[in-house]
Amino acid sequence: MKVLVAVKRVIDYNVKIRVKADNTGVETANVKMSMNPFDEIAVEEAIRMKEKGAATEVIAFSAGPAQCQETIRTALAMGADRGILVQADGELQPLAVAKLLKAVVDKEQPGLVIVGKQAIDDDSNQTGQMLAALLGWSQGTFANKLNVADGSVEVKREVDGGLENIKIKMPAVITTDLRLNEPRYASLPNIMKAKKKPIETLAPDALGVDVAPRLKTLKVEEPPKRKAGIKVKTVAELVDKLKNEAGVI
Amino acid sequence: MAILVVAAHDGKTVRANVANAVAAAGQMGSDVTVLVAGSNCDEAAKSAAAIQGVAKVLQADDAAYANWLAEDIAPLVVKLAPNYSHVVMAADSVGKNIAPRVAALLDVAQVSEATQVVSPDTFVRPIYAGNAMATVQTADKVKVVTIRPTNFKAAAAGGSAAIEKIGGEGAKGLSSYVGAELSKSERPELTSAKIVVSGGRGLQSGENFKMLETLADKLGAGLGASRAAVDAGYVPNDYQVGQTGKVVAPDLYIAIGISGAIQHLAGMKDSKTIVAINKDEEAPIFQVADYGLVGDLFQIVPELTAAVEKK
Repeated sequence: MKVLVAVKRVIDYNVKIRVKADNTGVETANVKMSMNPFDEIAVEEAIRMKEKGAATEVIAFSAGPAQCQETIRTALAMGADRGILVQADGELQPLAVAKLLKAVVDKEQPGLVIVGKQAIDDDSNQTGQMLAALLGWSQGTFANKLNVADGSVEVKREVDGGLENIKIKMPAVITTDLRLNEPRYASLPNIMKAKKKPIETLAPDALGVDVAPRLKTLKVEEPPKRKAGIKVKTVAELVDKLKNEAGVI
Repeated sequence: MAILVVAAHDGKTVRANVANAVAAAGQMGSDVTVLVAGSNCDEAAKSAAAIQGVAKVLQADDAAYANWLAEDIAPLVVKLAPNYSHVVMAADSVGKNIAPRVAALLDVAQVSEATQVVSPDTFVRPIYAGNAMATVQTADKVKVVTIRPTNFKAAAAGGSAAIEKIGGEGAKGLSSYVGAELSKSERPELTSAKIVVSGGRGLQSGENFKMLETLADKLGAGLGASRAAVDAGYVPNDYQVGQTGKVVAPDLYIAIGISGAIQHLAGMKDSKTIVAINKDEEAPIFQVADYGLVGDLFQIVPELTAAVEKK
């Protein structure tokens, strides 16, 4: 069974982002970029499946500008076998990415697609569910634990009240939550090896997908800032403030 | 055109955040229909009909809908969607699971976690863990929107909408429900609690969280945690407040032993009053706190618990 993982190149999670002065978006020039942390979890899970013999090949997919090659290389260094980049320079929204993924899935016929539950840039939390819809496949979202057995996957999901267990038919789309696993760091020898692994580059047109954005971003602004508060010295002072100033207890 | 709100429920009542979704829907248009899909969900449908601003409730009773599997619910919503200008869900674990599947089947974009309705086709939503706010416009015929419940004041009770029973679409057979391991708690639900007491890595163990439980119970508060505390196994996943966990906006949020990573702040910075208790006076949590107390939480928390009056 092939496993396809999708990896997105995003601003590194440690970077404090800055809104552009003209309010058209967020500053990305000269900013450190990394793989979306939820996608690292997806890659790790796929590699573990291969190590356990449940998967035969792990393919890392990305869509975006040429630099997404680096993100794919990171996945290859972690242990993915080969990469597919759909190169597109404009904005790619979740529905477009889901359509690109579907086109690649139609070609590659994986048994599972594993993607992060959300990307930490647009925080959409859509692509996996949209892909499952377009393929007519089952979906195991917000996965906390997976068990692949006999043509189905038992998925433990992180939900509002705790955890939920479902069993879904394969092929299926999985989206990862934080506690699914702890992604490995790529070792230096594996980083070197990854340089020789193949990455295929495709164009959206060649896949017959219209990637034009559906949502128009009118402006991007700073959120309202909270006013700095005060430091209190004692518990008694805190309780007094909460009671008599804030009126919340 | 009318708005369709898809309501999650427990069989007896719709979730509290459905009233927030109805309020948000009321800002998109005037004719709000609520869909209650489930198995034997008469009571839940009645509870939806009792929300002010609801014009009609559609009740779809089908064994296939008992456990809210996206593969089975989405086709029902998709079938109804062409009669509506918007499909709205609360951005909780049910809405996040189902709404994108609906949107893709309709070949439309989804607006995730809208925090403000600017006009029927324009919404504000947070990006980058709420460190930027994007105003987005959609030209899609059916607009699929999930809303962040804490940003919309819940519609009041006292409605009396008509309930119309509609048929179900049956099960697709793609997925099945096995069971749940839900956290049992008598405390108020995190996202609707007036007061939230939240703990972080500073608590050092799950055992020490008991101290926060005592404080929370005295205040009548919900109990939350930072990702660090959940990852360390101190508390279950459903306690997590933050970018990828729950978003809360109580009247009072007490952050104890939480440093205040931006991912955590994303989930609580809309709280009315924020208290931070941390031994590190440089901790970023103090930058958003109205009242900061620097010191050892193991001394402060028992003292605070003793000082507050029982609610």
